[in-house]
Parts: sequence; structure tokens; C-alpha cells
Amino acid sequence: MGEEVKLFRSWSSPFALRIVWALEIKGIEYEAVFEDLSNKSPLLLQYNPVHKKIPILVHNGRPIVESFVILEYIDETWKQAPLLPEDPYERAMARFWAKFCEDKVLISIWSAFIKQGKEQEEAMVAATENLKFLEKEMKGKKFFGGERIGYVDLTLGWLANLGSIFEEIVGLKIVDEEKFPLLYSWMQDFAEAPIIRDNWPPRDKMIVKFQALLDAAIASSSSSSSSSK
Amino acid sequence: MADEIILLDFLPSIFGMRIRVALAEKGLKYEYREQDLWNKSPLLLEMNPVHKKIPVLIHNGKPICESTIIVQYIDEVWKDKSPLLPADPYERAQARFWADYIDKKLYDLGKKITLTKGEEQDTRKREFLEFLKLLEGELGDKPFFGGENFGFVDVSLVAFSSRFYAYESFGNFSIEAECPKLIAWTKRCMERESVSSSLLDPQKVHDFVAGMRRRYGVE
Repeated sequence: MGEEVKLFRSWSSPFALRIVWALEIKGIEYEAVFEDLSNKSPLLLQYNPVHKKIPILVHNGRPIVESFVILEYIDETWKQAPLLPEDPYERAMARFWAKFCEDKVLISIWSAFIKQGKEQEEAMVAATENLKFLEKEMKGKKFFGGERIGYVDLTLGWLANLGSIFEEIVGLKIVDEEKFPLLYSWMQDFAEAPIIRDNWPPRDKMIVKFQALLDAAIASSSSSSSSSK
Repeated sequence: MADEIILLDFLPSIFGMRIRVALAEKGLKYEYREQDLWNKSPLLLEMNPVHKKIPVLIHNGKPICESTIIVQYIDEVWKDKSPLLPADPYERAQARFWADYIDKKLYDLGKKITLTKGEEQDTRKREFLEFLKLLEGELGDKPFFGGENFGFVDVSLVAFSSRFYAYESFGNFSIEAECPKLIAWTKRCMERESVSSSLLDPQKVHDFVAGMRRRYGVE
């Protein structure tokens, strides 16, 4: 019996990349459907009517959305190369750190990149505090998942690529090697791991994209501050 | 060896209520410890150093934080009684999707009703009711979001019903008038002892919210 697995993604989305990594780590054959997010396909809107976003995993015609939900679905459906630990307490810890990475780390680092002035400074302070917790959590492990890449690694993985891209664009050193030696070496190990390394989006395209996002954010913030005078 | 379960919680907390409901559904005995959120205890700070928030479940000395994560933990450890998540991975994904969506939206939508006035409040009420109608659509004709059985999404959502009276009172509107199916569902849930014994009385929740409005200078 054939399994039909499709992944709706974009060329750059870090959220969709998590799913690419998960599918490839487990050796699952799938068809990638690339969406132009400025012109969403009817199929995307049909499969994700609530959020209208990617990634969307379609398994035998049934859609699953939201990257964390998709990761758990993949882990429960294909048992090889498990992403989450088996022990309930360890699973709870993995879910906790994944949520922390998403709700706190990602938000603060994104703000440190995209905002200006005082807001940017405050975001940097928050990002540093958040990274301290992660540094501690690494506790000398190679990956958050231990010897192998796991759920938390996939969740935070975007940092191993975007960290240096943000640094190149705004000169902001987010993960300082001296302050966060374990996180720093995790970023290298993760970025160079076989499946991960083969799936990064083209760096030059990423720099163009994020520079444009930053330029737009600067333009809108300076126009709104001048109009408030 | 008996399990030692301690719950660090705060009576009006919607998130804490989820844990109380889940523990009761599983028939578990535990020690409830009310926390003072304006003067946090050393134990709370030790057990949740990252967020310093309740609820925290302490199981045989080990802490678990974040309400949705705690409920899944409870469901996985005590898996033989009253399963909250369904067995099928696709059904589980649907349940996780709705619980996640409720988490992202409903608390803030409701809170904003209680902290705003006038036109802004009207907008908030509209958004809130739209979201509840979306949930009604998902519920359909099923008795519970979990189908025949009270499940994960029901646990995530039901605690909000303890705050409905406060939203209606400070927002000057009727939720039942717009979302009768959802109110019928809350009444069905309240027939379960696990829910009625875990949710704080709506009048007490109302008084708590009134206090928060004064604190934020809304009154």
C-alpha cells in the first residue's frame, strides 16, 4: 500500500524546514509543494482554512497544520528515529523547551533583529536572558536530544542558519562564542549535520529577503514616528 | 510506593483549572498549594525558574510547567484511566491543533474585553464571539470536542467558562445569545464532577477580575 505524503512549504520558511528535516531524518518519502505566499494556492486555503499558512503536511489526503502539531504527528505515525524521548517526564521537558524556544527565544531574537533604538536594546537583553537558560539546558550534551538530533533541536534549528545571517545584515552577535560556548558549538554541529546541511535555503537569497524585511520595518517605523509629531 | 503529586496553583487561574480537571478525571489524589502571585514563594521560583508562573505540577519531586504540557504529561503517565487524547495520531493532531489555537487566542481575547471600554471593547467582544462561533462549528453535533468522550480540547476550553460571567458583566453582553451551543456544552461539562469541583465559582472569578480592573486602573 502506498503512502502519500505531501508537504506544502515555501523556499525560506524556517517552520516548514522543521518538517523537511523530520521527514528526511525518518527517511519518509514525500512530495514538496512550494507555495508563493504572496499568491496562496486554492489547495493551501482548502487544507488550512483557519490559519492559511504553511507548513501543511498532507498524509493520504488528510491535512495536519502547525509545525509542532505536525512534528508530533510524524513522530507518532512513523516510529523509526524517534524525535521525542520515550519517558513521559523527558517528553514533557522536550515540549517545555520547544515551547520556550518558540515563544521566547525566537520572538526576542527576531525583535533584536527587526526593531530599532530602545526596543531593539530591550529585545537584546531579553534574548540574552533566554539564551542563558538554553545554555544551561545543553548541560554538555551534543544536541538537545542527546547524541542524536531531536524535537528541541528541530525547533531551534532556524537559529543555526539565521543567526549568522542576522549578524551579517545588522552586525549583531546574538550567540557570542565566549558567552554561550555550548550553544555556539551546537549551532555549528547542527548546521553541518548531514540532513540539515543539505536543506538550508540559498544563503544569498536569504540575505536579500531579510535585508528587505529590515528595510521595510525601518521605513515604516520612521514614517510613523515622523507622522506622530 | 504511592505517587506524590503537588499542584502549585492560583484559584481563579484558567490554566490551573485545566490541571485540576485533568487530575480529577484520572481520579488522582494530590496536594493543592495556593500561591500568592504578588509575593512568589521560594518553592514556585525553584520549580519554575524560567517563567515563575503557575500552574506547576510536582510529581515525586520533579516539576512540570505549562498547562497544556502538564495535561499531556498526566494523560501519558496515567494512561489507563479516562484517556484525554484519542489513540489515533490524526485525531490527536486535530485535538492538539484546537488546544493550541485556544491557547493562542482565547485568553487574550477575553482579557481585553475586561480591560477596555467603549468602541475598543465592542471590537474585542466581536472578536471574542467570532472565535467562540468558530469553536461551535468545530464542536458540531458532538456532545464534547472529544466526541462521545470528554477529552483534551474540552479540558483546554472548559475552564474559560468560569470567566464567562465576568466577561458578560464587564462587557455588557450575553454569550448565550450568540453561542447557545457552546453554553450548552459548558453546562454538559459542569455535570461532570471533575469539572464542577475544579472550576472556581463564577461570582468569585468576577470579583477577582474586578480587582484586576482596579489594579490596572480601568474602573
